[in-house]
Amino acid sequence: MRIAFKTSYDTDIDFHEHWNNRFWIIALVVVMALLPFIVSEYYLAEVANTLIFSLAGMGLMLLVGHTGQVSLGHAAFLAIGAYTDAALMNAGWPFLIAFPVAGLAAGLFGALIAIPAVRLSGIYLAIATLAVFVIVEEIIILAEPITGGVGGLFAPTIEIFGLSFDRYANLSNFYWLCLVIVVLVTLGYSNLMRSSTGRSFLAVRDSEVSARALGIDVTRTRALAFGLSCAVTGLAGALMGHFIGFFNYELFSIFISINLLLVVTIGGLGFIQGAFLGAILITAMPQIIAILRDGLNATAGIDLGSIPGLDTIIFSLILITFIIYEPAGLYGRWLKMRVWWEIFPLARRDMFRRQKSYLKTERQK
Amino acid sequence: MELLQLLFGGIANGCIYGLVALGFVLIYKASEGVNFAQGDMMMLGAFIALGLGNSDQLGLPFGLAVILAMVLMGGVGWGIERVVVRQIFGQPQFALVILTIALGFVLRFVAGSIWGYTPLVLETPFTGKNLQLGGIVLGVADLVTILVTAVLTIGLWAFFAFTRVGLAAQAASQNQMAAYIVGVPVMRVNGLIWGLSGAVATVAGVMYASKGAIDPNIGLLGIKAFAAAVIGGMGSLPGALLGGLLIGVVEPIAGRYAPGEFAAMAPYIIMLVVLVTKPSGLFSQMQAKKV
Amino acid sequence: MSLLKAEDIAVHFGGVKAVDGVSFEVDEGEVFAIIGPNGAGKSTIFNLISRIYTMTRGKITFDGTDITRLPSHKVAPLGIARTFQNIELFDHSTVLQNLLMGRHTHRSTNFVEDILFLPKVRREEREHRKRVEEVIEFLELEAYRGKMIAGLPYGVRKVVEIGRALAMGPKLILLDEPASGLSVEESQEVAFWIEDMRRDMGLTVLMVEHDMKLVSAVADRVLAVNNGRPLALGTPAEVQSDPHVQAAYLGTPEEDAA
Repeated sequence: MRIAFKTSYDTDIDFHEHWNNRFWIIALVVVMALLPFIVSEYYLAEVANTLIFSLAGMGLMLLVGHTGQVSLGHAAFLAIGAYTDAALMNAGWPFLIAFPVAGLAAGLFGALIAIPAVRLSGIYLAIATLAVFVIVEEIIILAEPITGGVGGLFAPTIEIFGLSFDRYANLSNFYWLCLVIVVLVTLGYSNLMRSSTGRSFLAVRDSEVSARALGIDVTRTRALAFGLSCAVTGLAGALMGHFIGFFNYELFSIFISINLLLVVTIGGLGFIQGAFLGAILITAMPQIIAILRDGLNATAGIDLGSIPGLDTIIFSLILITFIIYEPAGLYGRWLKMRVWWEIFPLARRDMFRRQKSYLKTERQK
Repeated sequence: MELLQLLFGGIANGCIYGLVALGFVLIYKASEGVNFAQGDMMMLGAFIALGLGNSDQLGLPFGLAVILAMVLMGGVGWGIERVVVRQIFGQPQFALVILTIALGFVLRFVAGSIWGYTPLVLETPFTGKNLQLGGIVLGVADLVTILVTAVLTIGLWAFFAFTRVGLAAQAASQNQMAAYIVGVPVMRVNGLIWGLSGAVATVAGVMYASKGAIDPNIGLLGIKAFAAAVIGGMGSLPGALLGGLLIGVVEPIAGRYAPGEFAAMAPYIIMLVVLVTKPSGLFSQMQAKKV
Repeated sequence: MSLLKAEDIAVHFGGVKAVDGVSFEVDEGEVFAIIGPNGAGKSTIFNLISRIYTMTRGKITFDGTDITRLPSHKVAPLGIARTFQNIELFDHSTVLQNLLMGRHTHRSTNFVEDILFLPKVRREEREHRKRVEEVIEFLELEAYRGKMIAGLPYGVRKVVEIGRALAMGPKLILLDEPASGLSVEESQEVAFWIEDMRRDMGLTVLMVEHDMKLVSAVADRVLAVNNGRPLALGTPAEVQSDPHVQAAYLGTPEEDAA
């Protein structure tokens, strides 16, 4: 077990108490940066996809994991990001401007919706976001001159200072672009969580009434969290548009919203790391299923390819298992394992047992 | 005359929304959570009735098939509560939301594996029959839907208002801890409510199927029914029904008189307006938390 | 000089008069206690001050500012901190984070600066930590600094909540039953702390309490309420010997059981 000997307040303020934690993070980023030289194009594209999902997952994590608000309609903000970015670039704007503007547009739209919606608590907000999603979807179909309607839209090639970041022609460049964006957003997110804005999010999540008593404007805080969440999701949407290349409203279906919820729940609510673990799981799972299916077909002669919806059902079962047995998600499980090793062999059986409590409702009459 | 015709069809549709919404409200009252698989329970109920009753399947008489399907779906609802939902007792509300969304996918998969994904038609004694009344054509299926909905609503209301179990469920929905302390078997009551909502969903499914073909994806109707439940207020049974009727009536009228995609958006716009102006629905039961 | 002044405050929930015409003044540097049987309206008075409830009539002024119609989150910046009867901590955060959340009224950075973590933000964080460490030392919470609230015993949580209120650096602290559920030793400790808050930190303390022993030990003045109405006001000894108060607590033939 390592002991952090704290000699200044900065030890607590910094991201890591130990230099070797920092080392591992840096090592990870370096390996990620070198990936285009190591793996094939096929896997590089998969990793880029995972990065984009991580970005969207971080957007939702901020809302669900750190502010305690559920959104069932985050696909709408992915869509807003993707369409804004593509439409602006089609109108001749450079990527470096169109991309942040797309995030900003999604964020502002989110905040605008949030101002009336955040007064709603828990389940009602989730419902409102679902309604917003359906309405946005219909608007996209209606706004044909900008969005291409049902037919869809082509996301132009990204070019920065004459350098091409085309997803097909220059996949490595596109991958690095995604990586840089993800690293920057992660940094900003971590900064947020170690400062007073992030703490006010946690406060609103855990006890609204005492947040108010501490001088936190709950409505403003929630609207801010919602706006920031939508902005990050919008950025992810813009990248997703470029990654897919040609897309219409069907890309941003209700299933994407649900997949994103899956990312944050399975990854581990309340941990930034959870968004990454969840994204890895959800993007790798179809591959794993495909490999297993081929394997079964070749060895045992069982053909699972004929069963439609097998991926979805496996996802659903994983989700159910996690919610029941490990609500803290993959990252929560990892933390427990780490503690178990660090204090080995002193771990007690009931150490990580969850306290079950009876639901105390907010209703009185 | 055209408006009356639209109104009639709208009310009949609204009854189906209302029935699914009733299921939402039942579970909300019992578990203070939203069952997003309600639409899929409706779908499965309809398919079970079809499997039991259609002549090319088991071929049981229609009435018997529906009652058996209700019993079976009651069992499914009870089982879901028993095996899955009970495990997450005490977790935050949205855990149930995500859990039931996943369950919905499971139910859809089950139905798809058994009955396939091509639309099927449920054989009912009243499919396609019409009555003429003045200048309006009244579908018998629509009339039956309205009648069944009315009877079911009154029955459920009486159940909650007068029976011991109903009162216990009410108590449990307000404060589970307190209900538990005064001797309400909270867990058993919850199981029963889930079973009940499975049965109600089956009725809704059969009514839906009597008017057209069904496939495993009709459960998405649940989202619209959900809007109905919200408009009426999640804690109110008559509210759910009225919310359903409102949506049912607005949809065809908006489709007829308003431009383009507005009909599809209308239920959600109404829902947003209600949420923002009167978050607890038109028949509210919510109050601020006490500190 | 009076710091907090409540004039004829009342709140009715439907037909229930939870508080009905209570007036009192809390002087600067004073320890003022409100006592009364269960359901007398003590906590409701607190909730009126922190604006969780809106009063039906009356007026509350704090330090010359009328707070009767203030939004609830604007009460704290004036210098009013509080604890809750049923402990309202942020369960999924550490003790340190909880105390830091108490520093919210002292933040001067906005969210953009926070995301960029400008040097200014770091300076402010250091200042917050310094203040919080002082509170941790005062309440002897060192052993729990990095622990999650969810795993802490009841007594410690109670102290953490007091700490969170102190971290705000308030002028007035409202303690809602600080000793309820505590052991004899723990409530003696609370008595010492209240004494120190007044003497060393120059705080004004307004508390609701059942434990008459604690009240007599620390309070300068006591207000007794019953059924939302004031019964008696004076020193602990005076109030305790007041016949109305005794009747309310013990029930005598002249006073119908309420």
